[in-house]
Amino acid sequence: MSDRAAIEVRDLEKTFTLHVQGGVRLPVLRRVSLAVCPGECVVLTDPSGSGKSTLLRAVYGNYVAQAGRILVRHGARMVDIAGAEPRLVLEVRRQSLGYVSQFLRVIPRVPAVDVVAEPLRSLGTPRAEAVERARRMLERLGIPERLWSLSPVTFSGGEQQRVNIARVFAVDYPILLLDEPTASLDSASRVAVVELIREARRRGAAILGTVHDADIRAAVATRVLTLASAEAA
Amino acid sequence: MADGGDRPLLRVRGLTKRYGLRLGCLDVGFDLWPGEVLGLVGESGSGKTTVLNCLSGRIGATAGVAEYGMGDGTVVDVLRLAEPARRRLFRVEWGIVYQNPRDGLRMGVSAGANVGERLMAVGARHYGRIRGEATDWLRQVEIAPDRIDDLPETFSGGMLQRLQIARNLVTRPRLVLMDEPTGGLDMSVQARLLDLLRGLVADLGLAAIIVTHDLAVARLLAHRLVVMRAGETVESGLTDQVLDDPQHAYTQLLVSSVLPP
Repeated sequence: MSDRAAIEVRDLEKTFTLHVQGGVRLPVLRRVSLAVCPGECVVLTDPSGSGKSTLLRAVYGNYVAQAGRILVRHGARMVDIAGAEPRLVLEVRRQSLGYVSQFLRVIPRVPAVDVVAEPLRSLGTPRAEAVERARRMLERLGIPERLWSLSPVTFSGGEQQRVNIARVFAVDYPILLLDEPTASLDSASRVAVVELIREARRRGAAILGTVHDADIRAAVATRVLTLASAEAA
Repeated sequence: MADGGDRPLLRVRGLTKRYGLRLGCLDVGFDLWPGEVLGLVGESGSGKTTVLNCLSGRIGATAGVAEYGMGDGTVVDVLRLAEPARRRLFRVEWGIVYQNPRDGLRMGVSAGANVGERLMAVGARHYGRIRGEATDWLRQVEIAPDRIDDLPETFSGGMLQRLQIARNLVTRPRLVLMDEPTGGLDMSVQARLLDLLRGLVADLGLAAIIVTHDLAVARLLAHRLVVMRAGETVESGLTDQVLDDPQHAYTQLLVSSVLPP
């Protein structure tokens, strides 16, 4: 595989063992290998339930890999997320990895604009500048200004998802993991998200994601891939 | 999370407490880094409060070490501190927030004095400045400044807990121990307190150890979790990883037992 890769997954295996349900074992990823280079947007196209989100979560360090390596570019070096200390994983997330999940985990009482500015603040961006960037991102994603100072607790599903997207795209992460970023969005918001993804690609971000919608996939992907084809024979 | 140096703030190894034949905790170990919040989770009786009480010196450990790097660069084993040194540690470097705020407050003196006397204990003498700082801290924990001369007796449970937090944070400790800080408060009060704690911990770059049986509290506050059962550690790792992909049968049971609101 390329030595330029920003994400390099090798022989990744993930099986869930459900101890509470009689020890049932669910193998999901079987020796998956893939690589994503800067400037690429690789989209996984397998049907629902085949493990696409599981792969993204494993790359983010949210799920534990049973075997294999998950190398992620962090500054000048590659970090193996599969074996890294929690403290290092947090550091890689803070600086290098943006992850748009399918759900926003809402913090009570924190205004939307602060939710969006938080990752920038954690990188040391001064408050005024972080808030300014957060506002611009919320505006691009069509969240009405009267909602910015409210907690997203009461927002609609689509609005929450846009806050989630704004939070990640407000930071210029070198690597983006996108789990169905456009699934619950109206067409105007979808256009805005497609534009954000293209901009990220142009500045050299390495993007790995899932997109069910064929038109959006065609608009953002530089390469499509199935997990089945990424598994060792 | 603030960047810490290259050494953990607190390094715990082999921490064990036996009450005669009964086990409090066995061979507990973890590192805590500057700016990091560690959650100790598990059911009642799992030994998490025992760990906290050993660290605070409230009870004596049977075995183990807990090396703490002091602000002046020296390293001390907090399990073996003589009483004067332990008191100094809690005056200058550590804070402790009890589940019952009455254990951490002085109920016979005013709210302002509860905050101010901590400053005096570390050498502050100027009355106006102490009162000013106490007022500022009451505001930070969302207690109206005009309550500064009231006795804690007149406060609600949520206010008492916030006052206890102000009393602890006013001296800018480097490490805070918290035992079920939101226990016994109703949900809306809890949310407010959690949000407050979350902001303060991030802004001050505090390291904290939080004991809780509430996994939602752990998710909101902790970077890392240690899951305990029957005195032993069954699993540890990144908070979201432990809660979203628990590996141990007991953790899976804990996570799957939570009723969604």
